[in-house]
Amino acid sequence: MNAGPGGLPTGSPASAKPAPAQPEPAAVAPGLVAPTAQAASAPAAPAQSMSQDSTHAAQAQSAPVQPAPVQAASAQAASAPAAPAQSVSQDSTHAAQAQPAPAQAGSSQPDPGQPGPGLSSSGQPGPALSGPGQPEPAAIITASGLVLRYGKAGPPALDGISASIRPGRITGLVGPDGAGKTSLMRLLAGLMDAQEGSLSVLGLNPATHSRELHGRIGYMPQKFGLYEDLTVAENLRLYSEVRGLPAAERAATFERLLGFTGLAPFTTRLAGRLSGGMKQKLGLACAMIKRPELLLLDEPSVGVDPISRRELWRMVRALADEGIGVVWSTSYLDEAEGCDEVLLLSAGKLLFSGRPKELTSRVQGRVLQVRGLSGHEGGSRRAVLRRALSLPGVIDGVIQGRHVRLVLGAGAPPPDLAAMRAGDEAVLTPVAPRFEDAFLDILGGGPGGVSALAQGMQSKPESGHNMVEARGLTKRFGEFTAASDITFSIRQGEIFGLLGPNGAGKSTTFKMMCGLLKPTGGQALVDSLVLGKGKGAARARLGYMAQKFSLYGTLSVRQNLDFFSGVYGLAGAARSRAVEGMIEIFGLGPLLSASADELPLGFKQRLALACAVMHEPAVLFLDEPTSGVDPITRREFWTHINGMVERGVTVMVTTHFMDEAEYCDRIALVYRGRVIAMGSPDDLKEGVARPELPDPSLEDAFIALVERDDEQRAEKERAQAGAAKSVAAA
Amino acid sequence: MNADRLSRIRALVIKELLAVLRDRKSRTVLILPPILQLTIFAFAATLEVKNIELALLNKDGGKASVELVHRFEGSPSFARVFPLRSQQEVAPTLEDERAMAVLVIGERFSRDVAAGRPAEAQILLDGRRSNAAQIVQGYAQSIVEQYNRDLVARYGLPAPPATLIARNWFNPNLDYLWFTVPNLIGMLTMVVGLIVTALSVARERELGTFDQLLVSPLSPGEILAGKTLPAMILGAVESVLIILAAIVLFGIPCVGSVFVLGLTMVLFLFSVVGFGLFISSLCNTQQQAILGTFTFMLPATMLSGFATPIETMPTFLQIVSLANPLRHFLVAVRGIMLKGMPLLTVLDTIWPLLLIAAVTLTLAGWLFRRGIG
Amino acid sequence: MSASLRRVAAIMVKEVLQIVRDPSSILIGVILPIFLTLLSGFSTNLDIDHVSIGLVLEDSSPEARDLAASFTATKYFSVRVAHDRRVFAKDMISGKVRGLVVIPQTFSRDLAQAGASVPFQVIADGSEPNTAQFLQNYAQGVWLSWMQVRAEGKGEQFAQPVRLIPRTWYNQELVSLNSLLPGGMAINLTLIGALLTALVVAREWERGTMEAMLATPVGPLEMLAGKLAPYFLLGMGAMLICLGITLVVFGVPFRGSILALLAVSAVFMVSALGLGLFISSVARNQFVAAQAAILAAFLPAYFLSGYVFEPSGMPWPIELLSRIIAARYYVSCLKTLFLVGDAWALLLPNMGGMALIALVLLGLTLKNTARTVA
Repeated sequence: MNAGPGGLPTGSPASAKPAPAQPEPAAVAPGLVAPTAQAASAPAAPAQSMSQDSTHAAQAQSAPVQPAPVQAASAQAASAPAAPAQSVSQDSTHAAQAQPAPAQAGSSQPDPGQPGPGLSSSGQPGPALSGPGQPEPAAIITASGLVLRYGKAGPPALDGISASIRPGRITGLVGPDGAGKTSLMRLLAGLMDAQEGSLSVLGLNPATHSRELHGRIGYMPQKFGLYEDLTVAENLRLYSEVRGLPAAERAATFERLLGFTGLAPFTTRLAGRLSGGMKQKLGLACAMIKRPELLLLDEPSVGVDPISRRELWRMVRALADEGIGVVWSTSYLDEAEGCDEVLLLSAGKLLFSGRPKELTSRVQGRVLQVRGLSGHEGGSRRAVLRRALSLPGVIDGVIQGRHVRLVLGAGAPPPDLAAMRAGDEAVLTPVAPRFEDAFLDILGGGPGGVSALAQGMQSKPESGHNMVEARGLTKRFGEFTAASDITFSIRQGEIFGLLGPNGAGKSTTFKMMCGLLKPTGGQALVDSLVLGKGKGAARARLGYMAQKFSLYGTLSVRQNLDFFSGVYGLAGAARSRAVEGMIEIFGLGPLLSASADELPLGFKQRLALACAVMHEPAVLFLDEPTSGVDPITRREFWTHINGMVERGVTVMVTTHFMDEAEYCDRIALVYRGRVIAMGSPDDLKEGVARPELPDPSLEDAFIALVERDDEQRAEKERAQAGAAKSVAAA
Repeated sequence: MNADRLSRIRALVIKELLAVLRDRKSRTVLILPPILQLTIFAFAATLEVKNIELALLNKDGGKASVELVHRFEGSPSFARVFPLRSQQEVAPTLEDERAMAVLVIGERFSRDVAAGRPAEAQILLDGRRSNAAQIVQGYAQSIVEQYNRDLVARYGLPAPPATLIARNWFNPNLDYLWFTVPNLIGMLTMVVGLIVTALSVARERELGTFDQLLVSPLSPGEILAGKTLPAMILGAVESVLIILAAIVLFGIPCVGSVFVLGLTMVLFLFSVVGFGLFISSLCNTQQQAILGTFTFMLPATMLSGFATPIETMPTFLQIVSLANPLRHFLVAVRGIMLKGMPLLTVLDTIWPLLLIAAVTLTLAGWLFRRGIG
Repeated sequence: MSASLRRVAAIMVKEVLQIVRDPSSILIGVILPIFLTLLSGFSTNLDIDHVSIGLVLEDSSPEARDLAASFTATKYFSVRVAHDRRVFAKDMISGKVRGLVVIPQTFSRDLAQAGASVPFQVIADGSEPNTAQFLQNYAQGVWLSWMQVRAEGKGEQFAQPVRLIPRTWYNQELVSLNSLLPGGMAINLTLIGALLTALVVAREWERGTMEAMLATPVGPLEMLAGKLAPYFLLGMGAMLICLGITLVVFGVPFRGSILALLAVSAVFMVSALGLGLFISSVARNQFVAAQAAILAAFLPAYFLSGYVFEPSGMPWPIELLSRIIAARYYVSCLKTLFLVGDAWALLLPNMGGMALIALVLLGLTLKNTARTVA
């Protein structure tokens, strides 16, 4: 294996930064900033002749000719061998990473001395391309100035996208729903043609050579693209045939893929009966049945619980390490941090391309946590957040368990704790920035902390009892027990979260609480009343916001508002007051006559919230309330929820979003139909803290608790089996 | 409380109407099929036989045979009469459907007529088109009868039996459209009623808005009313338009009272909507609802007395057809429009509609809250 | 085996598995054909017998009673007798009787006067024209034979210089079932070929499986071939089931050869599949696809094919329209195969018509199944 000329420190993350002369080139229209001088210097570098093979060398040489080798990294790819010193001139963090030491080169890079982990398949070029100490591999996708329009009117779905994507890496296509991720994916897969711009994928033009391209890529569409009425094995067989996998290799390939995805025990199960996570794993297996050169994954982690999500990442990482180029699109900004490179899209525009660290480093030192807030009650941190967000310099803030996390504007002084009335023990602690912080920074910060919605609401009188109560809730479907003996109670003015892996009983529990499902045993009480048949009065006291924002799509915004106000018995002046109020608070004025289906996702979400709270319910049930929406709308949403909670509204929420769970006062973790843990987010985190993981995230806690439950169950079974054996022996 | 209930139902009705009317697909489904069916299938659904092609094998060539042939050629019933040259041509002509019938006149025909002996001519009919064959036979027979009468008069033969001239009540010229169009009123109204209801619940289930309704203070009865009324309103509007088209464009008479017709229509829609809601309460997806509606419509049409009369069916199917709202309605709508059926007779005909509606709506309401306490 | 054939085969296997597991495929492909054949076999009967009529006997002379008796005797009528026509006025309106035969007080007197006008009346309920037509014909027949018998009884002879002798070929008894049931097979194949295929292809678009398939080396032609074949077989299977029921349960004769039936059905099936694929290539969701299939495939096959209604009796623009409906050619072939035999002179042009329609539809489909997904 060629270690490159003298082990030059190229290809490691830090070297992605361009020359210091250009301070932040990646942040603005990346296509414009390719440092052509550096690129041009590449052919002169003697190192080139030593690089992998002639093809790559040729591609590298062609770089300056290509229309805009977009990102900083690509420019560096060519220039690096000639100017190794440049990478040293970065700030200290990056300089450290720039060392050739493999351990620091980021988890994506396999150790140069070793073969790629596990999956290396026979006869393929293997993992060598991305090894450290090598020149940057040539891009397998180059796009420049892509413009895509659906129909004549309206803004383009993709507006001048230029990017290049390299093999052996996970490139994240990150952005909220409607940003243009799927459109770009389809262009890359040769399923649609752009109106403007040029695109080359694996050296082919997808518009003209789509079939040739399809033989070399793996593509996983956003909707589960497998046949639900075929079993796991049948789906695999279908894909192996259409992809022309030689029959002789089939058995070995299936075994490898099934082992890799952990689907081996489920080969005869219908794909439609798999859980969300397993479906995605199967989709991945089908997409890579004949080792593709490029894997395009469109939102593979939607609807997937944290555990399965981690497994998916592990698998995809292994593939990237083999040298496959992976494009992973996601609306979860936290996933961006796991990518090697990121294309950040928003409303069809490319906001950033480069390494995620590069983006987060821009808010380095501007992210703080307000810790030590007096009292453990949710009320105070919500109030602190509200006040903090109105301070100058604070551009964003969220609740994280018992702390409040704030992002400051560039150059802003630390915020005044007294002005937040954070209490005497409160301290400001700098914390590591996240991708989302940086994203919001690009967008110019989040919304304010005051909810006009809550302000217009009357405070709910103290009820003196638990507003929501589950008493031994049990639901059986035939033999299968979906929920068993679930008990919890939610106090007035509390945000209560239901978390759990897919199919664990979370939705069943939620539905029983709303009265949508009749429990087999136990009781679900809302405001001390049993919901269900004939209890219209009790149902009038609650608001409900379903997953996917179930609005009437063909009705206009105003008609939706009119309908929901009518159904909740608002009439006359009260009704028009409520409707007008909602229109004003949520800024729906200009969109009143648009059909709900045509609204951008953020507005759909706002409209759904408006419809759910127009009648000022005492209890609010939220089912995955912000999935897919952009972070600003999400913050706005939680501002309203926090405001309402401060007015005495009680909230129950289910979510996959760990960020969202952090807003909860208490969380119940549901697994295998039972509540396996309950407490505040911090309680749960602290409960799983270990020396090697001193400061676990909520996701870590989630996974650890589920795994612990699995172990306990296994142990119990072993014990029972042992007991049975000893009984039998006796 | 009561006012609350009314305003909730009102909100539901408005929502439902808007949901249908603002959706391009639903609008198309409501508008396109009725227009197509009225303009194409109203004319197509006819058992009349026109443009008959008649082949002729005249082995005789005498005066009488030529006279008879002229009568066939002159008849408006036969669009084209063409000669065959030999007996060998007869079979292929009929077999290949070049003619609906072949008239064969034997060699002795004219001589027999002249001699006062009974002369025979044969008409060969295509039994593949059994209905048409019978009608063609009737046409031919009456031409021959007329010829006979003329011959009798000419030769002063003994008086032939008087020919029966039948009269028709309610539709003197036996215009087929007078039959088809009132039937189509029933069919189209049924389609509208079924599609609006059967698909609406399934769609709401798929989109999750049905949960939203169940979580709201609406009672099952209110939801049921909120689904029934809009479908009835749309169905009624559509049926009024179709009836107007029937009267104005097709010139179908409406002898009976408009009020009675309206009442019948309302009851019919009520029972159709009941069926639609029943189907849709069984279905979870739109696909199931589409197939369910279709599976219901087929037998409902076949057992309605539209294409084939109920009387000719075996008894068990006649009994099954009693559950078919269309069957009762068709009798009533033809009765009212063509015969001026009075209210009491109409009620006597359509009371089963109420029963059907009561049963289906009860079942639907019960099934709505499947699995929900 | 070439890679292309392997892909087609794989898609076929997949499609077969889906058909077997999908209740709606079973419903449309197996249950509906059986159900429809049985139902139409039992219900679709145009041969009217036992028509309810009211006989108004105002004259009580022996002749009048004798004529009344011959009406009562025939199987075509089920007769209720009254002496006042007002008795039946209501029943005519409610449809309980389909017509009236009135034998007036003057009957025997008029009868005696030779050459006088018709001494009695037949009044049919015109609101059902077909029934009215038959009622008239039958009444005419009863009247004629009564007169003949009467004349012979008296030793008189009345002149009937020309007699028309009807002979019905292929279906001597004019059993309408014999011509209706074979035509019904066209409806069933249309349902499978057009409605079912349109639904399943639309479902692939809706569920995103089409997008996933199109991103593999599978080309549009391979996708179509792989999808067509199983539904083609399903349709042929359903055709054979219908054939069995038609022959065994309803005793309809079959005078052609199975081979010819298979050939004709195969051509039709391709055209029906072409229509289904064409619809689904235009409408990529199930709701629209189902509506379009019912409007563009099922209703024309029912109304314009000659299955029940004769295209020749329709106004010319509609008759012209019926010529682009493949089912029309198929129905004609079916009736011939069942009742006549392998009349290739008729079958071949019809097959040509269907093939042409199939080619046009498949060509359009291929053009429409573009590579792009949006």
